[in-house]
Amino acid sequence: MILLNLLDIIGILLVLVIAAAGLTWIERRLLGFWQDRRGPNRVGPFGSLQVLADMLKILFKQDWVPPFADRALFVLAPAMVMATALLAFAVVPVTPSIGIVGNLNIGVLFFLAVTSLSVYGVVLAGWSSNNKFSLLGGMRATAQLVSYEVFMGLSLIGVVMLAGSFSLADIVRAQRHVWFILPQFPGFLLFLIAGIAETHRLPFDLPEGENELGAGFHTEYSGMKFGMFFIGEYVGILVIAAMTTILFLGGWQGPMLPPLLWFLGKTAVLVAFFILLRAALPRPRYDQLMALGWKLMLPLSLLNIAVTGAIMLAWPGG
Amino acid sequence: MFSTLQTLWLTFLHLFHRSETVQYPEQKPYLAPRYRGRIVLTRDPDGAERCVSCYLCAVACPVACISLQKAEEAGRWYPEYFRINFSRCIFCGFCEEACPTNAIQLTPDFEMCEYERPNLVYEKEDLLINGTGKYPGYNFYRVSGLAIPGKDKGEAEHERPPVDIHSLLP
Repeated sequence: MILLNLLDIIGILLVLVIAAAGLTWIERRLLGFWQDRRGPNRVGPFGSLQVLADMLKILFKQDWVPPFADRALFVLAPAMVMATALLAFAVVPVTPSIGIVGNLNIGVLFFLAVTSLSVYGVVLAGWSSNNKFSLLGGMRATAQLVSYEVFMGLSLIGVVMLAGSFSLADIVRAQRHVWFILPQFPGFLLFLIAGIAETHRLPFDLPEGENELGAGFHTEYSGMKFGMFFIGEYVGILVIAAMTTILFLGGWQGPMLPPLLWFLGKTAVLVAFFILLRAALPRPRYDQLMALGWKLMLPLSLLNIAVTGAIMLAWPGG
Repeated sequence: MFSTLQTLWLTFLHLFHRSETVQYPEQKPYLAPRYRGRIVLTRDPDGAERCVSCYLCAVACPVACISLQKAEEAGRWYPEYFRINFSRCIFCGFCEEACPTNAIQLTPDFEMCEYERPNLVYEKEDLLINGTGKYPGYNFYRVSGLAIPGKDKGEAEHERPPVDIHSLLP
């Protein structure tokens, strides 16, 4: 039994990491199409082995720790980013039968807690690099993640209220008749925006801001440590897309097709949307980002909770 | 808010646009006849070297990548060696503009990669082509007043015979 569980875990981890690596290729091709280019199309069929080529290249790069860096933290930081991103996937119920602890009764809280931990990886990377740009990136990451974490949690309260459970599997089952994206549309938008900020993807990639910080918190990283940040970021995208699918798009539920395909399809659409955001939107200024978070998103999420609660009180069981 | 959504939609529509990419090694781009690529040394219509080693190209070259040495044979000047270091050349075409005899010309070809840098230094035999390039009928020694074996003063095209200055005396 334990062995079977272990195989399950290893299988999901492998699929997740490979999918995250494959995502780099998908992102580059999609970005190419959206910019009237072709993207990488030379290595293997349609360029799909580009991932392998990049992997080989990055593995053979010199794995260099700058002499001025705080060595222990410098090595620890990428592992933390990667580990927290992977940990968050533990509570994702892919289908009723696939998933590690999809039935965990505090699944939503676990997810929020673990994704918040990923900020430590970023901050420690910025701090231990002992470099002004990296530190600035790390500070931005802290402020951004802390402020977006607040309403990320609050935006989910509506879903939890409707489903009456913190367990992600129960939340999916509660969407048998109608996906929560309909009754909880503001919550969906808020969660999506918070999720993008949480994975510090464009347009919220201020911790990395190439033009002003020169890659920000991972300026000093090279080789596979940089690769871990990269893969961690893509795992983060997958996790946020999977969570959005589960919380708002009915998870594995859907007619005709097997549950696994429904889950993967919805997640893939969301991931493509994330990439579209990157292709289309410019990065906001830093104060605009913080103002958006505290002055617009936080009140909206509170309003969403209040309205949802009021409606649930007015029509109990409705 | 609306403009953000519009941006997203317009960007999405680019999925159905034709790609601008030219798939290079299989699909060659069009190069205009006056494209400034690999430099060649051309010959007269009768097959002799056009270059008269005037050094103007070497002087005009902003990166000093041209090196040559004058030699003389039977009244004709020619380069003893003529060397272009293409690892320095910036393909500005100043040498072509400076050349008084249309000898040095740039061609529509840029595929000259090498694995070793010294291989990018082209010697005279690499540069010389068996042709006249962009100026088919031009022959410097046929239009200049210089005397060379087989063509005395006054025998060039559109040239009157030299005046005997002694006959001008009062």
